[in-house]
Amino acid sequence: MLSLNGIGKRFGGLTALEGISFNVGKGAITGIIGPNGAGKTTLFNVATGIYPPSCGAVLLEGKDISKLPPEGRARLGLVRTFQNIELFGKMTVLENVMVGLHTQSSSGLFACSFRMPWQMSEEKRIRARAMELLDFVGIPELAEVQAGTLSFGKGRLLEIARAMALEPKLLLMDEPAAGLNSSETADLADLIKKIRDLGVTVALVEHDMDLVMDICDQLVVLNLGTMLAEGTPRQIQDNPAVITAYLGEE
Amino acid sequence: MELLNQVTQFVISGLATGSIYALIGLSFAIIFNSTGIINFAQGEFVMLGGVLTIFSLNVLHLPLIAAILVAVAVTTVIGLVFERLAIRPLKNATPLMLIIITIGASILIRGLVMLLWGKDTQALPAFSGTDPISVAGATLLPQHLWIFGVTVLVIIGCRLFFNHTISGKAMRACSFNRRAANLVGISVGRMVLFSFVISAAVGALAGVIIAPLTMTAYDVGVMLGLKGFCAAIMGGMGSGLGTVLGGLILGTLESLGAGLISSGYKDAIAFFILLLILFIRPQGLFKKGETERV
Amino acid sequence: MKSDRIKFLVFALVVLLIPLPLSGGYLTNVLIFVGINSVLALGLNLLLGYAGQISLGQAAFFGLGAYGSGVLTTAYGLNPWLAMVVVAVCVALFAFAIGFPVLRLKGHYLAMATLGVGVIVNIAFNETVELTGGPSGLSGIPNLSIGSLTFDSDLKNYYLVWVFALGMILLSLNLVNSRFGRGLRAIHDSEVAARVMGVNARLMKVQVFTLSAFMSAIMGSLYCHVMTFISPNSFGFHFSVEILTMIVIGGLGSVYGSILGALLLTLLPEMLRTFQDYDIIVYGLLLITMTIYLPGGLVEGIPALLRRLVPAKKVTEGSDA
Repeated sequence: MLSLNGIGKRFGGLTALEGISFNVGKGAITGIIGPNGAGKTTLFNVATGIYPPSCGAVLLEGKDISKLPPEGRARLGLVRTFQNIELFGKMTVLENVMVGLHTQSSSGLFACSFRMPWQMSEEKRIRARAMELLDFVGIPELAEVQAGTLSFGKGRLLEIARAMALEPKLLLMDEPAAGLNSSETADLADLIKKIRDLGVTVALVEHDMDLVMDICDQLVVLNLGTMLAEGTPRQIQDNPAVITAYLGEE
Repeated sequence: MELLNQVTQFVISGLATGSIYALIGLSFAIIFNSTGIINFAQGEFVMLGGVLTIFSLNVLHLPLIAAILVAVAVTTVIGLVFERLAIRPLKNATPLMLIIITIGASILIRGLVMLLWGKDTQALPAFSGTDPISVAGATLLPQHLWIFGVTVLVIIGCRLFFNHTISGKAMRACSFNRRAANLVGISVGRMVLFSFVISAAVGALAGVIIAPLTMTAYDVGVMLGLKGFCAAIMGGMGSGLGTVLGGLILGTLESLGAGLISSGYKDAIAFFILLLILFIRPQGLFKKGETERV
Repeated sequence: MKSDRIKFLVFALVVLLIPLPLSGGYLTNVLIFVGINSVLALGLNLLLGYAGQISLGQAAFFGLGAYGSGVLTTAYGLNPWLAMVVVAVCVALFAFAIGFPVLRLKGHYLAMATLGVGVIVNIAFNETVELTGGPSGLSGIPNLSIGSLTFDSDLKNYYLVWVFALGMILLSLNLVNSRFGRGLRAIHDSEVAARVMGVNARLMKVQVFTLSAFMSAIMGSLYCHVMTFISPNSFGFHFSVEILTMIVIGGLGSVYGSILGALLLTLLPEMLRTFQDYDIIVYGLLLITMTIYLPGGLVEGIPALLRRLVPAKKVTEGSDA
């Protein structure tokens, strides 16, 4: 699905990533783990086009997307959520999801200002679809609430609904469980599985090991900007190099 | 030969105004580096320097030196009050809010000066006469020497302050990382105040030394401020040599353009350069680009 | 949705009825400029209040519209309506072209760049004397006319300007509550997140910049035909700041706020005749105090004030019962 080939990223003299290569398998949930500062979020930013990589290539379904800007990658079905949820705080919950439907609609400046008939029906369609998505993540009652006033947990759900609005082939989630309590985390695990069952490939960066071991089919371990190991959760748990990296840190 | 003399003449006067732009550019950079604010009222500090000197000289009948000191001191106090009343009350200010507020302050100061001293253009007598000095076929005014001298002194002073005093080092620390500076016990708020004070003083001084050459009025601040900003942008918003070079280059190009092409478009030349730099090298002429971490 | 429509209809009705009791007097004349300024403020508000991108050069587009129409109709005898269309399209193309490099800049740098564009355009008005008449201005611009109807009185010009203004206000209301408007607001809140959602931020910013330039240029054309005389002073940095002040007072990110701001800032100097040039002191104070104490502008401030008063009233009613 997504292949990273020899990704490296430097900030000035600081090497954040070096020689990262792995595949995210189609239809599976892949977890990317590693101690703080391992380069997980940087890797996400490179994969989604927020930073250009210093070297290496990002391939989506065999196609090189390294040169595409974030919005171009989103159109191809590569969508992400943020560690510190990035909602459009001054807009309503429903409007947030409707922005997510931006790529599923096409009315431009003229159609919108003159209220062309097709624009009106498109508007109706994406409004209905946005409500469906809020149903899917379980917060339909919050549709008209201003997004900036949501609790962290609800905000996370909205962010997932908004990401799902893009009909992603691959959903990248940056620490989805950060800031959630244990019951919210359990609900999140169910939601992520539900997303996979819809046929969406999921990759997530996460610190919560219980969550990762519970839902992931495949794991990639990063340490100090390089790849330490790759395998099933069981293999990773028994990998001596991983154990040293984690124990060495804690 | 005639042309060569003319060019030399343009370069000399260009370097003189360029020095002023450099000083104003420095005063922009001082605030920017400790606060991230581009102060749109910076040009008004420059205007105040000139106008207040003339006022002290003509109305209060102070000797020149005292008049200059009074002007710089009063401008500095205005900078301090401005920071207290308009910048400090803002919490979590967005760049947009800061732009709007500093623009507000700028037109407020301009309006008040117009109210108090009228719209007339006024001249400050040159510090040591107007007998021209002949250099390589061109003439140099004593005021040019004053400008070069003061500029060099201010630049050396800034260097010493930022590199060799506790307060200067603390201000630089703030510019690198405000949170970290706060953690090691530097009062960021006080450093912000300091930066406004120093910046106002430098700006006022620039306004004083240019006033004998170009005359001054309530509305000269806009243009001088923008050109100083242009110099600072050329130098990459640093408070060092880059800005000085930027100012000198800008002054020379402007003077040559005005002399050889058309004097009406003199200001347009400066803005054209500003736009070019912003479009092509927003990080400044002398710096390498870097990925911004988000 | 329905209530938005009704609100607009009521507003339009008020606008169309207001001049009747005034019978074409001095106030009608002032209200013409309220109409022009409303659209200028609205254009900037779409850019600044919705998309979060500042411009300190709006007066330049207004001026290009005015000078374009003025020069084409006086020196070249072009039909004024045709001139208006040609000029507006040219100004929009100009804005579109400079929009890409300009709007790549953010915050302070964007403000400086737009300011620079504004100053350069203003210098061009002053210096191209053979075309524009330079600092002494351009006079003898004809009034607009349709058939035998010539817009030569304040009352006729009022309706001319406000029909245009109402049209643009309606289109803007449609725009901000649509896919396009949501995209703009998303860019304002978080450009990175908007782009990750597939919003083409770069293009949309340029589009809304172009739209605001287009609106300003049309108003410039109308202005020159209403005034029949124009000079560079009306289109300088000072006026760009005045437009900015209007929307800061009225309310950033509000269509009706733009109109309220334009109304107040156009009436204020008229009412305080003694002020003359000193209005900039008031503008400066307003910009600072509004941004610090009422960043949402009056459209947010007035309802908030009412809300504070109304519950207090309810409590007293409750104690009566």
